Amino acid sequence: MSRARLPAAVALAGAFCAWWFVVPAWIGFLTTVALAKGLAILGVALLLRAGLVSFGQGLFFCSGAYAAGFAIKEWGVHDALALIGLGLAAGIGVALLTGLLVARYRELFFAMLTLAFSMMLYGILVKEYATTGGSQGMTVSPVTLLGHGLGGGRAQYFFTLACVALVVLLAHRFVHSPLGQLARALRDNEIRAGYLGASVQRTVLATFVVAGGMAGLGGALEGISVGHVDPTLSYWTQSGEFVFVALLAGTGSVVAPFVGSVAFEIGRSYALTWFPDQWQIVLGVVLLGFVLFLPGGLWSAWEAAATRTRSFARRRLQPQPAVGDGG
Amino acid sequence: MSTVTIILIDGLVTASSLFLLSAGLSVVFGVLRILNLAHGSLFALGAFAGAILSIDYLKWGRFPQGSFVVLALSALALGAVAGPLIERGLLRWIYGREQVLQLLATYALFLILEGLQQALWGGQAYSPWVPYSLLGQMTIGGILYPRYDLLLFGVAAGAGILLWLLLNRSRFGRLVVAATHDPEMSRAMGIDLSRVYTVTFAIGTALAALGGAFWAPTITVLPGFAVDTTVVAFAVVVIGGLGSIGGAALGAVIVGVAQAAAVQWAPNLELFVIYVVMTLVLLVRPQGLFARAAVRRI
Repeated sequence: MSRARLPAAVALAGAFCAWWFVVPAWIGFLTTVALAKGLAILGVALLLRAGLVSFGQGLFFCSGAYAAGFAIKEWGVHDALALIGLGLAAGIGVALLTGLLVARYRELFFAMLTLAFSMMLYGILVKEYATTGGSQGMTVSPVTLLGHGLGGGRAQYFFTLACVALVVLLAHRFVHSPLGQLARALRDNEIRAGYLGASVQRTVLATFVVAGGMAGLGGALEGISVGHVDPTLSYWTQSGEFVFVALLAGTGSVVAPFVGSVAFEIGRSYALTWFPDQWQIVLGVVLLGFVLFLPGGLWSAWEAAATRTRSFARRRLQPQPAVGDGG
Repeated sequence: MSTVTIILIDGLVTASSLFLLSAGLSVVFGVLRILNLAHGSLFALGAFAGAILSIDYLKWGRFPQGSFVVLALSALALGAVAGPLIERGLLRWIYGREQVLQLLATYALFLILEGLQQALWGGQAYSPWVPYSLLGQMTIGGILYPRYDLLLFGVAAGAGILLWLLLNRSRFGRLVVAATHDPEMSRAMGIDLSRVYTVTFAIGTALAALGGAFWAPTITVLPGFAVDTTVVAFAVVVIGGLGSIGGAALGAVIVGVAQAAAVQWAPNLELFVIYVVMTLVLLVRPQGLFARAAVRRI
């Protein structure tokens, strides 16, 4: 992490720690779930950054959740670290398997194939009633962390927060790695990136697997904190929601998806209380506004405003025109 | 009667609805180059319009056969009103933008239209069963089939043939070909592109609405009943090849028969057999069965 960003990152982490103690318990719980979903959304944002829109991220989210659910029910695994490890592995495994096919496609074929795979999992989970509990899903019994119970909301919140912090650090490294930079180049012009000697397919697959692993981890965390998993986690509306929040938050930052996810989750629970019948319309209008007027998401608006303020301050200090950084 | 015959008949009936649902999506994509994720919602709106208007018509009490005309007219009216409204109001702002943004814009439209159904008809259900039972039943090989299925097949075939004639044998069809092939040049030649786009989208809307309107008598129409249809329609046109009407028809038959076969032989597969077929086809032919491979431009 660059030196300039460090204070901001520490401040944000501190804010998230303090958050639990200032908000009511139900918002704290919503935040736990939102952070878990934020992991899947971060994956979607990484894919969006490479110019790929996945309408099936629920596949990995659901795989992770069910991996944890099965491990508890069938094998009696109760350790949270083992469970999230399984969720991560499930996400990575499924992403690798489907990615080998999906990574050959772009744009709407990519979108629709990911969607098709997530709907296949949904179909299997609903129909295989005997093993999966069908559309009812299954209960995830309480878990432990290194022998201590992880039952309370606070323990789960901080456990999730710690996982998220770790993933954010790794994601930051990934974005700034050569591979992560290459993903960005694919969005600009895939064929040129290929002519420059980059392996397009491998980059897409790697990004896809990273995103899948994040979603799997998020799914396991979600299953543990909610205490229940059901097939709608793989339903396309769930995946659509991930894309929605990723776009709203913007793809320019690795923390934006989490802030966006928390805001969305809280906003939705209020919207559902205030306009139970119209909230989908509100959602659609907001998304449309973003697509038409702010395609970079809230984060890009924030960054643009920050840049303006900085260059304004610089002009005031030094009476020469500010030099653009783009050249 | 053998299971295979049952599967073929059931498959063709399903294919009729699937074709009406998907043909519009394919045509709109072929001309506007936009995949309309809200297409299924237009199908749903067509079902609501058909259901409500035909129920109202039947309250009049005379000429119950007229309800079929009401179903068709309500779909055409919806196409003529909602089509241009959506195209002029939203789609024309996103022509030529990144495909990701286009997908998200139509996804937003989908959310709005689904929410609209909830707001307008939330908590109500419409069952316009009268047109369905009006035609009675017939026996094929000892099994009873509603004659309405035959009508559904007729409507789909009729709409398909009309659409083909319109696109291949009319002046408007030639304009569409020109506009699809080279938008810039056709504009320079004096073709009113935005009119071509508006009319095309209205046709696509009317087709979806027609599918919905004639589907309505066979089910109970509830808000949100058709949220999956866009995905199904997309799978159908991808199998056939995006932008081709023959492809949409072939895709509809393949999916319809596959679904009917799954119901008979492997009920557990029923929910997702369509995605399996789509994945298999894309594995072998990434552009679908009928479409030509596109040139990649740097």
